[in-house]
Amino acid sequence: MANPILVLAEQVRGELADITFEMLGAGRALAIASGAPLYAALLGSEAAPLAAKLGAADKVFTVEHPHLDLAPAGTVAAALKGLVDHTQAGLVLLGCTNVSLGIGSMLAAHSGLPLVNFCRAITFQAGTLTCTSQLFGGKILSDVKLADGRGIVSVYPGAFPVDAGKHDGTPPVEKVDLAVEAPKAVFKRYVEPETGDVDITKQDVLVGVGRGIQTQDNVQLAEDLAQILGGAVCASRPVIDQGWLPLSRQVGKSGMTVKPRVYLALGISGAPEHWEGMQNAQCIIAVNTDPKAPIFDGAHYGVVGDVLELLPVLTEKIKARKAT
Amino acid sequence: MNLYVLLKMVPDTVEELNVSADGQSLDSEFLRFKLSEPDDHALEQALLLKEKHGGTVTVVALDAPEVDDVLFTALAKGGDRAVKIPIAQAGLGTAASAGVLAAFFAAPGAITPDTLLLPGSQAIDDLEGELAPLLAAALNLPYVGVVCGVQAADGKATILKEFAGGLRAEFEVALPAVLGIQSAEKPPRYVPVAKVRAAMKSATIDTAELAPPDRPVQLDIARLYKPEAAGRAEMVEGAPADVADKLVDVLAKHSVV
Ligand SMILES: Cc1cc2nc3c(=O)[nH]c(=O)nc-3n(C[C@H](O)[C@H](O)[C@H](O)COP(=O)(O)OP(=O)(O)OC[C@H]3O[C@@H](n4cnc5c(N)ncnc54)[C@H](O)[C@@H]3O)c2cc1C
Repeated sequence: MANPILVLAEQVRGELADITFEMLGAGRALAIASGAPLYAALLGSEAAPLAAKLGAADKVFTVEHPHLDLAPAGTVAAALKGLVDHTQAGLVLLGCTNVSLGIGSMLAAHSGLPLVNFCRAITFQAGTLTCTSQLFGGKILSDVKLADGRGIVSVYPGAFPVDAGKHDGTPPVEKVDLAVEAPKAVFKRYVEPETGDVDITKQDVLVGVGRGIQTQDNVQLAEDLAQILGGAVCASRPVIDQGWLPLSRQVGKSGMTVKPRVYLALGISGAPEHWEGMQNAQCIIAVNTDPKAPIFDGAHYGVVGDVLELLPVLTEKIKARKAT
Repeated sequence: MNLYVLLKMVPDTVEELNVSADGQSLDSEFLRFKLSEPDDHALEQALLLKEKHGGTVTVVALDAPEVDDVLFTALAKGGDRAVKIPIAQAGLGTAASAGVLAAFFAAPGAITPDTLLLPGSQAIDDLEGELAPLLAAALNLPYVGVVCGVQAADGKATILKEFAGGLRAEFEVALPAVLGIQSAEKPPRYVPVAKVRAAMKSATIDTAELAPPDRPVQLDIARLYKPEAAGRAEMVEGAPADVADKLVDVLAKHSVV
């Protein structure tokens, strides 16, 4: 695996996203194990000031073109293909994020490199690169081998530490001139997040409800618990999609990232897209009827049981404890 | 509008999933299948667009267990035509599925200037990538993913795409195009079983014969396995009242009670 490793830097509103540093850290470990150089790809008209922050890379390649600002996956993939050809990169790392979704697939279609999606771990041992991915909402793992370490790997946020990809040094930067086609989907405007009545990112205690709460009426049971704990109710995507709670209460990939002292996951399976939003809670307590629910793989405390049965009892017990 | 929804069956993850003896696939014996959730939203989005702008909704699926029920359900909800491609979806990676579907859409007249292809944004077994961008690449059509709203006018679609933290952005795209739907503007509609039964009696599922893919799977999958039990949660057991007592202790330990 002598071909370079290329990390696609991800930016949102002029800032580098954490996933960029997570991938640089992972890429550095692979670079050390395999002897390959580690490069970063930075696309868009504001590339220059951001490049200086990518000191973990041996070199940063930029393509500076306004067509690449908030560009759709197809436009990004075409530019990235240009950089893969230019750098002779064998392994491309990109974020398994909403921002980057589709870029890996498009790059795979155009470059012939295989894509491994949903990746949580990458190892390089005895000349073999193995990617471990989470499938079926986290219920099954898969190990995929990439021949000669060549491929595109889409990396889950939170799978690798951010700090490992942060370095003070200023990397060498090469500006690459590529023809960039006009995007086929044109950015018009941002639609700002709804500001809700409560900011769930500022709560010490969050009572998270998932599909297991079953009805809108049952959400009140969680409200009662949140109230007595001085916290707030938040939810997984299906609860929000049903309209049972506003979007400002969604935790996960498309929703908020929260770090409360205590996170109760009630009837939430623990799919990777939810997990990435609450994995850094200090204490995670999961209640689920399914003993094999992936949430139990990461939670600190687990209860196999019916949340509808437990919720009222727990609320009463806390009331009683507080009264003493 | 000429609206196509691509429907895919996935294992129901509420059931226990087991790996088959070869370590390469899921043990199919006890698997229960259901429609991939984003695909259900894609169908709803298509029906909403049809209600607003007129046109037809065609649902397309590869062969899979219980897929006929899903296709008839789509017709009962307001779909106009259902097409089944008699190639088993099981054992096909997303790249091969995209290849088969691209061949379906390459047929003359399939894609008109007012066509939208609406697959779900992603499926839980998309190890090789997502269908929407792979299909868009094969057909050389514009693509946007993680879509949670679509408005159409004058041969264009205005699309809402999700970013993180509740942030969204509007994109404009000329038709024909492929949109990976994450959520419809409304929750997927409910259709009574009686209506589905009626569709089963009155409607038919068309068949489109296509060549099976040369390479069903692109990736070299060494093994599938369940997450290790290590690092699992400390389990709190007992009757609800005992469990609640123990949880109150945990909450007190973290100074929230
Ligand atoms: C691009 C993209 C973005 C996404 N963004 C997000 C996001 O921001 N946030 C998010 O949450 N998801 C997101 N998802 C969806 C995610 O993949 C999962 O589908 C979702 O998190 C599942 O929610 P859930 O756990 O509530 O439902 P399910 O996975 O259906 O789980 C319900 C759980 O409840 C349990 N249960 C049922 N009844 C009871 C009961 N009575 N008592 C206790 N337990 C019970 C079941 O055993 C099951 O484990 C996204 C997906 C994609 C593809």
